[in-house]
Amino acid sequence: MSTPQPRSDEVRSVAAERGPLAIEAILLSKDFRLGRGQVLHAVRGVSVGLYRGAATALVGESGSGKTTAARLLAGQERLTSGSIRLDGNPVDLSSRRAFRQHKSKVQLVFQDPFSSLNPVHTVRHHLERPVKLHQGRKTSAEIAGETAALLEQVRLTPPGKFLPKFPHELSGGQRQRISFARALAARPEVLLADEPVSMLDVSIRLEMLGLLDDLRNRFQLALLYITHDIASARYFADEILVMYAGRIVERGPAEELTQHPAHPYTQLLVASAPDPDNLGNALRGGANDSRRRPESPGPAAAGCPFSPRCPFADDHCRAEDPALRRVSDVRAAACWHLDAAAPDVLAQPQGGGT
Amino acid sequence: MSPPILAIEDFSVVYRSPDGDVRAVQQVNLELYASEVVGLVGESGSGKSTLAYGACRLLRAPALITGGSVRYQGRRAAAPMEILRMQADDLRRLRWREIAIVFQSAMNALNPVLNVRDQLLDVIHAHLRMSRQDAQDKAASLLDLVGIPRARLRSYPHELSGGMRQRVMIAMALATDPEVVIMDEPTTALDVVVQRDILTQIVELKDRLGFAILFITHDLSLLLELADRIAVMYAGRLLEAGTAAEISGEPAHPYTRGLLHSFPSLRGARRDLAGIPGSPPDPQNLPPGCAFLPRCGYGTERCTSIDMSLAPVASSADPGHVTACPFVLPGTPPPAEPTSHPAAASAGADQ
Repeated sequence: MSTPQPRSDEVRSVAAERGPLAIEAILLSKDFRLGRGQVLHAVRGVSVGLYRGAATALVGESGSGKTTAARLLAGQERLTSGSIRLDGNPVDLSSRRAFRQHKSKVQLVFQDPFSSLNPVHTVRHHLERPVKLHQGRKTSAEIAGETAALLEQVRLTPPGKFLPKFPHELSGGQRQRISFARALAARPEVLLADEPVSMLDVSIRLEMLGLLDDLRNRFQLALLYITHDIASARYFADEILVMYAGRIVERGPAEELTQHPAHPYTQLLVASAPDPDNLGNALRGGANDSRRRPESPGPAAAGCPFSPRCPFADDHCRAEDPALRRVSDVRAAACWHLDAAAPDVLAQPQGGGT
Repeated sequence: MSPPILAIEDFSVVYRSPDGDVRAVQQVNLELYASEVVGLVGESGSGKSTLAYGACRLLRAPALITGGSVRYQGRRAAAPMEILRMQADDLRRLRWREIAIVFQSAMNALNPVLNVRDQLLDVIHAHLRMSRQDAQDKAASLLDLVGIPRARLRSYPHELSGGMRQRVMIAMALATDPEVVIMDEPTTALDVVVQRDILTQIVELKDRLGFAILFITHDLSLLLELADRIAVMYAGRLLEAGTAAEISGEPAHPYTRGLLHSFPSLRGARRDLAGIPGSPPDPQNLPPGCAFLPRCGYGTERCTSIDMSLAPVASSADPGHVTACPFVLPGTPPPAEPTSHPAAASAGADQ
């Protein structure tokens, strides 16, 4: 099977209005060998640019490849094909030294604050180590000052109270703050946050996203926010990329994309979000949609991966995979039937939005 | 109106510990009527699971039920039964046959070395008298009920997706045609599309089979759509209860208001999201009076001495809409200065 060639370069990223390009992924692909000759195409031909001071959301269901895409950007996985450019220079991860250099500019925050911190080490250890590794030679007084400042940046005050604590003595929200502080210790340009709030209580999520937003602003971070919750992406991202079966199926400005989704999969995501304004009957009668099946068929091996679940699918969709096509100045979608799926979006070719 | 199928009254649970008792559930009153969905919402540690498991006497030491009553009156039962005074035999007949539970994290609640059929047969043989052949047919029809192909009877849990495992859990709970199903965060680990499919299915099954649901979650946005009535729990107590429409349209308690401003919405204009600053209190050192005071923007000195009993909201047409806050009403404007009370200033981040 050939890798599709997205022509997303024709589309301007709204995130670029915030600042210069920090990291750029060009046609990233990652295959995993499963044995018995089977290959899983986890990421296929994904191109994305992250800009300083801007938040880009990568939205998709579990197994869509969004975490793998982030791991590729972080240099944690070897690329099957494609390339990554950081500040305009090709990224090379062949040596330990090059890898560490990449890491000090590109940091990952993991989903689960209960397993991403080492239970036998204190908060002090978790923060001092990246400071020593990434910030060059420092006296112990400087390191102590730096760790205290990091805790203040993530609003864990007074720092002295938290430094000697072990992860099990902290709440979920506090642990995730430590994860943020640990990532910031490297003074990165790019922060890749993989579902940073999905393990936390709803009442705490907002505060954490607010903190992340504040850090993005303060340090001009290029932020990739990975989530399956498209509603939070609407509030916290400039641009949204929707991923399905390893590829980007739609991209565009957050508000426009969530209010007028073009791709049938994005439409399904939007329709699935809880709707507090529609009390009672919204859950009744939605079961007949062909996109909702108890055992939803996996992505198709040939043609458009969404075709087995798509109400608009025809033989063309099952035979040939659509590339990401320009819908407006700032939007693109990979679908053969946008005219049927999203006539309202096509009617505004210049992306007038809401 | 017929009497409630499950009536929890003045129910309290403590966890014994060497440093003193932790009051996990304090004097909670909650009623569940036939074929309705009651949502119980609260943060982790608020006592919502302890309340539900305690009402079925599923808690073990160091948990101790210190008071109250739990009365069950199913359609099959002649007279109301007091669950807290039930003998072990009766209790075993009650559990699953009358009240079934869909446990949190379907990933871990299924036995990894038994296939789906054997897990379903286990339940059927333990609680129903049935021939082998009838039990096998029943297992197959249970999968039909939750929309899983019969071919999956031979699958092991690791071969199923998260959504399918959750459906198997629901099928197991419904195996004995219970009157009450307690669902403890049944969709928390799933992504939105699957979550919605499962909720749609739950509503469909409830409409068809007529059981009542006590739905426990930390996500109020789900409950607004799903539940008929909602009870809001915080630090072991109910702070507010009412119909979903009342809770969403005319929330009285400041905590409920905070929860309603905690989730981003996808539809309509972008709203201001405030969230709730701080984090829940340490259950071992609950502040006097209202436990929500340190995080409350409306707080005053009077709040340290209120008794936290639920009283009807005066302005509400629905007498079932009750709140624990005597000072804030649905019409009360939001506080001008969020940290007006000195106790709020010391709340800080995640205390």
